[in-house]
Amino acid sequence: MPEKLQKKYGPDHGEDGIHSIQKVIEPPKGSTKHITRNILIGISALFLLVMLILPLAVVVVNALKEGWAAYSAALLDEYTGKALQLTLLATAAAILVNTVFGIFAAYLLSKFYFRGRELVATLIDIPFSISPVIAGLVFILTFGSVGWMGDFLTAHNIRIVFAVPGILLATIFVTFPFVFRELFPVMNAQGKDEEEAAGLMGAGGFTIFRRITFPHIKWALLYGIILCSARAMGEFGAVSVISGHLRGKTNTLPLHVEILYNEFNTTAAFAVSSILVILAALILIARNLVEWKTK
Amino acid sequence: MEQQITKVKNRREIRVIPGFGLSMGVTLAMLSTIVLIPLVSLFTSAAQLSFQEFVEVVTSPQIVSGYMVSLSCAFFAALINTAFGLMLAWVLVRYDFPGKRLMDGLIELPFALPTAVAGIALTYLYSDQGWIGSFFATVGVKIAYTRIGITIAMIFVGIPFVVRAVQPVLEKMDRQYEEAAMMLGAGRRYTFARVILPELFPALLAGFGLAFARGIGEYGSVVFIAGNIPYETQIAPLLIMAKLEQYKYADATAIALVLLLLSFLLMLIINSVQIYMQKFSKS
Repeated sequence: MPEKLQKKYGPDHGEDGIHSIQKVIEPPKGSTKHITRNILIGISALFLLVMLILPLAVVVVNALKEGWAAYSAALLDEYTGKALQLTLLATAAAILVNTVFGIFAAYLLSKFYFRGRELVATLIDIPFSISPVIAGLVFILTFGSVGWMGDFLTAHNIRIVFAVPGILLATIFVTFPFVFRELFPVMNAQGKDEEEAAGLMGAGGFTIFRRITFPHIKWALLYGIILCSARAMGEFGAVSVISGHLRGKTNTLPLHVEILYNEFNTTAAFAVSSILVILAALILIARNLVEWKTK
Repeated sequence: MEQQITKVKNRREIRVIPGFGLSMGVTLAMLSTIVLIPLVSLFTSAAQLSFQEFVEVVTSPQIVSGYMVSLSCAFFAALINTAFGLMLAWVLVRYDFPGKRLMDGLIELPFALPTAVAGIALTYLYSDQGWIGSFFATVGVKIAYTRIGITIAMIFVGIPFVVRAVQPVLEKMDRQYEEAAMMLGAGRRYTFARVILPELFPALLAGFGLAFARGIGEYGSVVFIAGNIPYETQIAPLLIMAKLEQYKYADATAIALVLLLLSFLLMLIINSVQIYMQKFSKS
């Protein structure tokens, strides 16, 4: 098989190259196979255009409908700036906490065997299968005035619900498994021989992690952080429950979009949305870059 | 004596790599504070209601209709996603065409785009004045503020789940069986239905389950397009929200518990079907 074809269609399986025959022969133009191919690609493209690209176009068109002046006015609004700050803060908190947790948890579950290992893995995945509204609700039930920690918190004048700490907690909760989920398969596949060898030769825990484990997981870690930040900056349901909608205090960007939209201030709502669209696009590009780098 | 030795051996094995105690401590401490303890509050709070009150809350007509709207819309959305997800995965794995990489990257958009942004964009697109909505309005079909709109929003959030579940399986699939089927005279449609589809079924089911579960719990992208007409387009997560705004925390908890139960039940059913299928195909 010529090298060029091999590159395009993947490695040859056998000496005779029988597995690659079908891939090499492109269907002739005008055959039914060719027509099916084109129809399927066409429907797929149309589906993505209607379902994914048109909504993005709606955001851009409506944000700029009243011109640049209205657009930049909406972006330079005091509350938009504060919402952006809180969104970035919540995202940073989620990345920080979930990276620390993800590394420790993946290290624990991939390098050691102990009873209840599967149980721990299942418990970590819980936030994935819970409705974001319920995620917000559990924090109100814990730290709110009705919660069992409510009396203690009011006595010490600590506000969690309807305040910034609640927003941070809810964001951390919904993104909790993201970093772990990316790290665990990589660390598990790597095994523990190298760490064991290093341990036997007298390396300390931190040295082992820094010199042996970390080089294996750095791309997976970055990937997990990207996914985590995507979810953290866009979280709406959980944060909406716990925020109390206090403008300028507990408003994240998605909540700010909702408030503007409900006030029929659609240009501003879409203008603020466009910030989030740009952030989402950056995240998608970063995600694809990391994926390309690791392949 | 022998037991003693293996015990010591086991202990040694743990000691070779340092950090067991530390990572165990950090993992459990963080897991408890952030996930487990708050979740327990859900149950203690629900216990404030007597069993009768609990049943009364979750069987009131408005709440039941909320569950039905959430479940039925999420079901149809997951079904449509399974069909289109299979097609998208097929196109991305089996064909080469310009713009393929872009298409592949776009699939993740619903994961990256904040749900609230998706929600208002979809509402605008499908409302009577919107680009697509106005077209359907001329033939008398309303999309925004109906269950069709809810289903469309759920399709939006669910599509990556099916594609990403099917894609790796399709990539790894051995073409030998297809070639064998073709050599033996099977047509392309027959080969697809009898050779390829059964192989993909577990992945399709997993993707369907994830999309279904996501649809049931979804709030941000659905709440705007739903319009929240009681008994018509009120989804279950919105009912929780409404109860919270009236400070009826116990009621909200009861609705949430049933919703949790429903999604766990769903995952259980899908897992059992998968296990059954595996046994069935092995024997």
